[in-house]
Amino acid sequence: MGFLDIDNTTKAYGSVEVLHNVDISVQEGEFLVLVGPSGCGKSTLLNMIAGLEEITSGEIRIKDQIMNGVHPSKRNIAMVFQSYALYPNMTVGQNITFGLEMHGTPKPEREKAMHEVAKLLQIEQLLDRKPGQLSGGQRQRVAMGRALVRNPDVFLFDEPLSNLDAKLRVDMRTEIKKLHQNLGTTIVYVTHDQIEAMTLSTRIAVMNGGYVQQLGTPQEIYDSPANIFVATFMGSPAMNVIPATVRMQNGVPQAEISLHDDSKSLLPFSQANLAAWKGKDILLGIRPETITDIDGADRKSSNIAQMTNRIVVTEPAGSDTFVSMQLGGKDVIARMRSDAEVRAGQDFEFAVNMEKAVAFDPQSEDRIAP
Amino acid sequence: MAHTADADFKTRLQNWIPKLVLSPSIAMMLVFVYGFILFSVYLSFTDSRLLPSYGWVGLENYSKLWRLSHWEVSLKNMGIFAGLYIVICTSIGLGLAIFLDQKIRGEGLLRPIYLYPMALSFIVTGTAWKWFLDPGIGLENVMHTWGWESFEFNWIKDRNFAIYTVVLAAVWQTSGFVMAMFLAGLRGIDNEILKAAQMDGASNWNLYRRIIIPQLRPAFLSAFVILSHLAIKTFDLVIALTGGGPGRATELPATFMYSYTFTRNQMGIGAASATIMLMTIAAIMIPYLYSELREKR
Amino acid sequence: MSVASQDTAIRTGRVTRTLIYVVLILFALFYMLPLYVMVVNSVKPLSEITGGGMMNLPREFTLEPWFKAWSSAQIGVEPTGLSPYFWNSIKMVVPAVAISTVLGALNGYVLTKWRFKYDTIIFGLMLFACFIPFQIVLIPMARMLGLMGLAGTTWGLALVHVVYGIGFTTLYFRNYYAVFPTELIRAAQIDGAGFFQIFWRILLPSSGPIAVVSIIWQFTNIWNDFLFGASFAGADSQPMTVALNNLVQASHGVKEYNVHFAGAILAAMPTLLVYIVAGRYFVRGLMAGSVKG
Repeated sequence: MGFLDIDNTTKAYGSVEVLHNVDISVQEGEFLVLVGPSGCGKSTLLNMIAGLEEITSGEIRIKDQIMNGVHPSKRNIAMVFQSYALYPNMTVGQNITFGLEMHGTPKPEREKAMHEVAKLLQIEQLLDRKPGQLSGGQRQRVAMGRALVRNPDVFLFDEPLSNLDAKLRVDMRTEIKKLHQNLGTTIVYVTHDQIEAMTLSTRIAVMNGGYVQQLGTPQEIYDSPANIFVATFMGSPAMNVIPATVRMQNGVPQAEISLHDDSKSLLPFSQANLAAWKGKDILLGIRPETITDIDGADRKSSNIAQMTNRIVVTEPAGSDTFVSMQLGGKDVIARMRSDAEVRAGQDFEFAVNMEKAVAFDPQSEDRIAP
Repeated sequence: MAHTADADFKTRLQNWIPKLVLSPSIAMMLVFVYGFILFSVYLSFTDSRLLPSYGWVGLENYSKLWRLSHWEVSLKNMGIFAGLYIVICTSIGLGLAIFLDQKIRGEGLLRPIYLYPMALSFIVTGTAWKWFLDPGIGLENVMHTWGWESFEFNWIKDRNFAIYTVVLAAVWQTSGFVMAMFLAGLRGIDNEILKAAQMDGASNWNLYRRIIIPQLRPAFLSAFVILSHLAIKTFDLVIALTGGGPGRATELPATFMYSYTFTRNQMGIGAASATIMLMTIAAIMIPYLYSELREKR
Repeated sequence: MSVASQDTAIRTGRVTRTLIYVVLILFALFYMLPLYVMVVNSVKPLSEITGGGMMNLPREFTLEPWFKAWSSAQIGVEPTGLSPYFWNSIKMVVPAVAISTVLGALNGYVLTKWRFKYDTIIFGLMLFACFIPFQIVLIPMARMLGLMGLAGTTWGLALVHVVYGIGFTTLYFRNYYAVFPTELIRAAQIDGAGFFQIFWRILLPSSGPIAVVSIIWQFTNIWNDFLFGASFAGADSQPMTVALNNLVQASHGVKEYNVHFAGAILAAMPTLLVYIVAGRYFVRGLMAGSVKG
C-alpha cells in the first residue's frame, strides 16, 4: 500500500463517465504528474483527491485512511490553484495563515509558521501587501506559501505555472523542483505541459479520454510509450509516426518505408520479436533526435541505419536545426545539430538510431515492440 | 476504517446548509408567488364577488368578461398604448443612443438627465404631467397668456386623445432607460469591425444600417421584452394621470382588474382578467428568460 | 455612467454634429420639463399658477406650499400633511430593503457556488416571479395578510415587498457571484472554512458594489410602489405614494397645485437623491434586470 492510493476510482456525471477505473499508488515523497490534453480528466482526478468532487465509485486513501466523503479540510492536504486563488481582500500574511486560523491554531504559532514559510519562499517583504499589488511570480510564491504553511501530507498542484510568462515559468519550475528535493514532500501535480511533466516528476500518469494511458517514470514514458497517444503527446517536436511494413532479412525484422520518391528503404529493428508481423503493416515511431546526419549519430548505439531522402524544409532554431522530409507519405521531422550542413531540396544521407525505434499496431495503436 | 463515515458529520451538515439557507426563499416563492397564482386562477372559475367563494362556475367569468364593453375598451386602449409606447420608446432610445455615441462633449451630463425619470414614482410623474397638460392651468393656459389665443391642447380631457397623454408620460419616463440599453449595446461593438467597414468604403448611414444596427439585435429584444412587460403592468401612471378617465378613455387591464376586484366586488371577473394578464406576460417572458438562462450556462 | 467613451471610428461632418447637439439638447429640455414645472410651481403662490404663469419663474418666492404639503395639507380626512406617510414609507422601506438584500446575497451565493440539481430551475422560477403582473397575487395576498394578522400594517407591506423583491436581489448577486472565481471558494474549503465563513470572510468583502446596486434598486422600487400600498395599507400605514395620490385626487375644496407639486417633490426626493449620489449603481441595477448580467 502506498502513501496515497487511488483505488479503482471512477467519476461519472449522471450517466456520463469521465474517469474510468483509475488505479494509482503514490509512495511517500513521490512527485506524481498527471498530464494530458484538456478534458482528459486530470483536474477532475485531482479535485477528487482534494475532496472538491465526489468519488462515484472506488476508493481514495491517504496514509491508509479512506478519504471518500471526508471534507477537504480534514484530509491534511494543501492545494495550489491555477489562478492562485488568493483571497483578494486579505493581505499576503492573512492569506497564508487563513487555513491555520480556520483550524484553530493560536495566533503566535500562526505568526511563527508564517514567517518561516515567508523566509523559505523569500516573500517576507510582501506580507502586508494585498494580492492585487503582486506580480504573477510573487502571487505564485504566496500560493505555495499558503500550501506549505499547513505542513500537509500531500501537496496538490493544479496547473500552477500556466498563468506565467515563458521565462518565469521555467524559473518557477526549477524552484518547485528544489522545494520538492529539499522538503521531500509528496506531490500530485496536474499539467497539460509535457515538458513540465518530464522535468518535475518522479513518475508520470499520461491521461486521455478519462483513462490513464500509461503510468511510469519519465524515462519509461519517453522511451517506451505504451501507445501512439503517449508517443505523440510526450516530447516536442512529437515522435514521428511512419507507416511501414515488416520484412525479414537474414532473420532480422526490417521496417520498409517509402521515401520521398516512393522508392523503399529498409531499416533494421534491434528487436526480434516482430517476426510474427512479417509482411504486415505497422506504425514505426522514431523520435526526431534519433534522425541525424551521419556525424551526429549516437556513438553508443549499436544499430544506426542509413537512408537517403530529400529535405523539404530546414528550420534553424539556434541550438538545433529541424529538418522536415517525407517518409511513408507523412511529414517527418529530424532534429540535427545546428552546425549540420543541410538545405532545402538537397538529397541527404540520414542516420537513424533504430535502437530507439518503437513499433505500434496500426489497429489498436498499442506498442508491439520493443 | 468505518469510523470515517460518522466522523464526518460536519461534512454532511455542510452539504445541507446551502439548501437550508435557500429554503426560506423557496418556500416564500412557492407560497406567495406560485401558490397565489394557482389560487387566483382557481378564483377565476368561482362565483367570488366581495369575498372569495368556492362555488365552481366554470368558464362563466371568462365569457362574462369578454362580453363586457369595459374590458373591450381596456384591451383596445392597451393595444394603442403598448404599440405606440414600444415603438416610440425604441425609436427615441435608439436615436439618442446613436447620437450620444458620437463622442459628444457633455455626455456625462446628458445621460443622467435622460435617465433620471426612471428613478421617480409614476405617481409623481403622473401628478406633474396631469397639471402640465391640464388645459385650465397648464400648457394651453400658458400659451393663451403668452398671446397665442387660439392654441388648443386638451387631449387629457378628450375621450379620443386622453390615451395619448398616457403614452407621452410613459415614454418620458422610460425612453432614457431604453437609450441606456442601446448605448451599452453600441459600446459593446468591436471597433475594428467599424474600421474595416470604413476601409470598405461604407458611409455612416450604411455603417449604421448594415453593420451596427443588425448587431444590436439582443438590445432590441431586451427592449421589446422589458417595454411590453412594463406596458402590461402600467397601473400607477394611469391612476395618477387620468384615473382611467375621462369616462373609460384610459382604462387599461390593470386598472380594470383593480376596480372590478376591489370597488365593484366582482372578484371572479377580476381574477379572470388578472389571469389573462399573467398569460400574456408569461407568453413573452418565459421564452426570453429561458433563452437567457440557457446562454448563461 | 460607468461606460468609458471609446475611440469611435465614426466621423461626422460639422453640420451633422451641430444638428446632433441640437437634438440632444432639445431632448434634455424635454426630460427636464416636468421637474422644472414641479420645482418652480412649488415655490409660488397659487394665484400665479392659475393666472397662467405655470412656465414662469416665481415672481413671489414662497416656501409656504412646502410646509403645507409636509405638515398640514388635507390627506384623506385628516389635515396632517404628508409627513406621517413619509415616515410610514421609511419604516416599510428599511426592513424590506435590508431583508431582501441579505436573502438575495445568500441565494446568489448558494446558486452559484453550491450548485445542486435543479438550481437553474429554481432560479428561473424566482426570476419569473419578478415579472408577473402583481394583480394576480393581490386577492390571495390580502387574505394571507389577514390570516397572519398583518393586514393594514407596515410590517405586512414590508413582507410583501421582501417576497416580491427577492427575485431581483437574487438575480443581482447570482450574476455577480457567477464571475467570482470558484477556485477561491475551493481554496477556502481546503483551508477549512465552512459555508458561512466563506461567505463572510471571502465573498462579502468583495460584494460592495453589487450590494449597493441591490440596495438602491430595492429602495427605489419599494419607495415608488403604489399598487401594494394602495391595496394592502391601512389608513395609518399608507406609504408616501398613496398619500400623494390622495392629496392630488382629492375632489373637495380648491385645488392647490403648488402644494401638489411640493408634495410630489417630497415624494420624489429620496429616490432622486439616491439617483444623484449613486446613479451609476442605479443604472447598473436597471441594466442587470434587462440585458445580460
